[in-house]
Amino acid sequence: MILDVRALTRRFPVRGGHGAVHAVDDVTFAIGHGESVGLVGESGCGKSTVVRLVTRLDDPTDGRIFFEGHDVGAIPAKRFARTAARGRIQMVFQDPADSLNPRFTAFDTIADPMRRLGESAMRARLRDRVHEVADLCGLPAELLGRYPHQLSGGQQQRVGIARAIALEPRLLVLDEPTSALDVSVQAVILHLLADLRQRLGMSYLFVSHDLNVVRMLTDRVLVMYLGRIVEQGPADVVFEQPAHPYTRALLSAVPADGGGPRSRICLTGEPRSPIDPSPTVCRFHGRCPEGFERCEREMPVLRAAGAGRDHEAACHLLDAPVGSAVS
Amino acid sequence: MCVEFRTRHGVVRALEEVRFIVRRGETVGIVGESGSGKSVTAYALMGILDPAARVTDGRAVFGGLDLLHASRQELEAYRGRELAMIFQSPRTALNPIRTVGRQIEDVLLRHQTVPRAKVRDRVIELLTLVQIPDPERRARAYPFEMSGGMCQRVMIALAIAASPSLLVADEPTTGLDVTTQAAILDLLDELARTTGMATVLISHDLGLIAERCDRIVVMHAGHVVEEAPARAMFAGPRHPYTARLLASTPRVGAKLAELVPIPGGVPDLRAELPPCRYRARCERAVAECDEPPLPRTQVAPGHLVACRRPL
Repeated sequence: MILDVRALTRRFPVRGGHGAVHAVDDVTFAIGHGESVGLVGESGCGKSTVVRLVTRLDDPTDGRIFFEGHDVGAIPAKRFARTAARGRIQMVFQDPADSLNPRFTAFDTIADPMRRLGESAMRARLRDRVHEVADLCGLPAELLGRYPHQLSGGQQQRVGIARAIALEPRLLVLDEPTSALDVSVQAVILHLLADLRQRLGMSYLFVSHDLNVVRMLTDRVLVMYLGRIVEQGPADVVFEQPAHPYTRALLSAVPADGGGPRSRICLTGEPRSPIDPSPTVCRFHGRCPEGFERCEREMPVLRAAGAGRDHEAACHLLDAPVGSAVS
Repeated sequence: MCVEFRTRHGVVRALEEVRFIVRRGETVGIVGESGSGKSVTAYALMGILDPAARVTDGRAVFGGLDLLHASRQELEAYRGRELAMIFQSPRTALNPIRTVGRQIEDVLLRHQTVPRAKVRDRVIELLTLVQIPDPERRARAYPFEMSGGMCQRVMIALAIAASPSLLVADEPTTGLDVTTQAAILDLLDELARTTGMATVLISHDLGLIAERCDRIVVMHAGHVVEEAPARAMFAGPRHPYTARLLASTPRVGAKLAELVPIPGGVPDLRAELPPCRYRARCERAVAECDEPPLPRTQVAPGHLVACRRPL
């Protein structure tokens, strides 16, 4: 395991009020060496908080984060920025225009992490290394002197990726890396990301709301709903045989260009409040088209789903006789 | 419709002979990459082009009025009531110093579509329609107190407040979750069915366009390169650009290997361009492609292609 997250919890106090927002609640998952794991869910489900905790930009309220066997969750986020592990967990951000320093040339942006955290051998050949990384990311050397505003969206994201891989990270966390790009550019960047993972043997945590893209880039997916993981398993299994009613609704809402009529599962009702939610009620209860009495008195935990190994969902329906669980 | 922008660095010919029709109750999708002229088309129809823009030719006839040459008063009588728009960036399109409830009231009062006493109820009804939880409380909120997705839904409520006959929706669901997106588009579908509202749906998401539109207009560098019924377009695109656009879109269940990028980029519209603006990126281009004019061929009923060598 390169990353092992156990019972991760993050609560934010409600400003000027009582209680706390349970942004991430008891989340446990692991990422293997060279594995690509997708994280999906609606906005507000806690995806970004998980990303901020795993990349050590924020401190958890509870739970542990082991990275390469070390308990990195115990190191305060402020101090983590100066540790060697900082270079081994890197991040690619959603909007390349917002995440690049407008006063840095592409060269300086890519060189910056090496100047701050690189070993002396790497710093000694900084120039060569920047060119090498730019080349890996398909960024022509003549663009290295340019500032972000002189680059296209696709080129900006290549700079963002080059910066992230400059220190040879083992885990790359990608937060919606292509959602700000045109489809034609997105296709190029997705190929680049798949290629880099293969060449450099990195592990990915890939966050996206585009389920078609997640399926292309990941081996395994985690589905989050209101701070909790409700389903996880191999990408193909989860997409073909979703076990949780929320996953089924999410997949049915993806526009399909066949033109033919499809059965969409409409979610009615309001999502439950993330402020001090009841620990004994399923978070999806109230919006779930299949909810029943037990969902109101007992929080479902992850349990084996279907025949596929390593496929789990947190739903009481799975305890019901086989047949009603997998529709 | 032809639109130019005068800039310090030369004249940008943003739209050239763009033409399409939208029938009552119909949803027409406009797709294309950034810089293809989708938003300029929307802005021109609404009469809100940047002052640097100039409509050099063409007409846009809506209910007997030519929107491109109408007076300001004529347009103001139409806009908001008959003709409404959903903008791309909700944060900048909403008034930051008025509560969202007041902003919706403004539309209702301005066009007197409901009696004054009923305005408040209608505001709550609209916010409920666009799936805003706790609408009574949200009506009193300012845009900065809401998430981006919530602002987006407020803007949709504003646009449909006066039951327009034509809705121009520029990326209406970008930034929304798939589940909310589906609900919002279901609402627009229903309005089209029950009130006969016509919709121009602008999006870069081909999957969404395919599912929601009756007909599709594909734009590239300010030209309409193909126009066809949605099903025909997806079953057999005839313009090389449309085919490329489809191949670069992640589809349900597709593998990464099936995703093929489009070579090159949208050309600089200030430069002297060949009749076909896709020529430099096209793998099927031949010498004849440089001879004007750009053809506009009907290859099947209602299926038009602007290409010398269609697929």
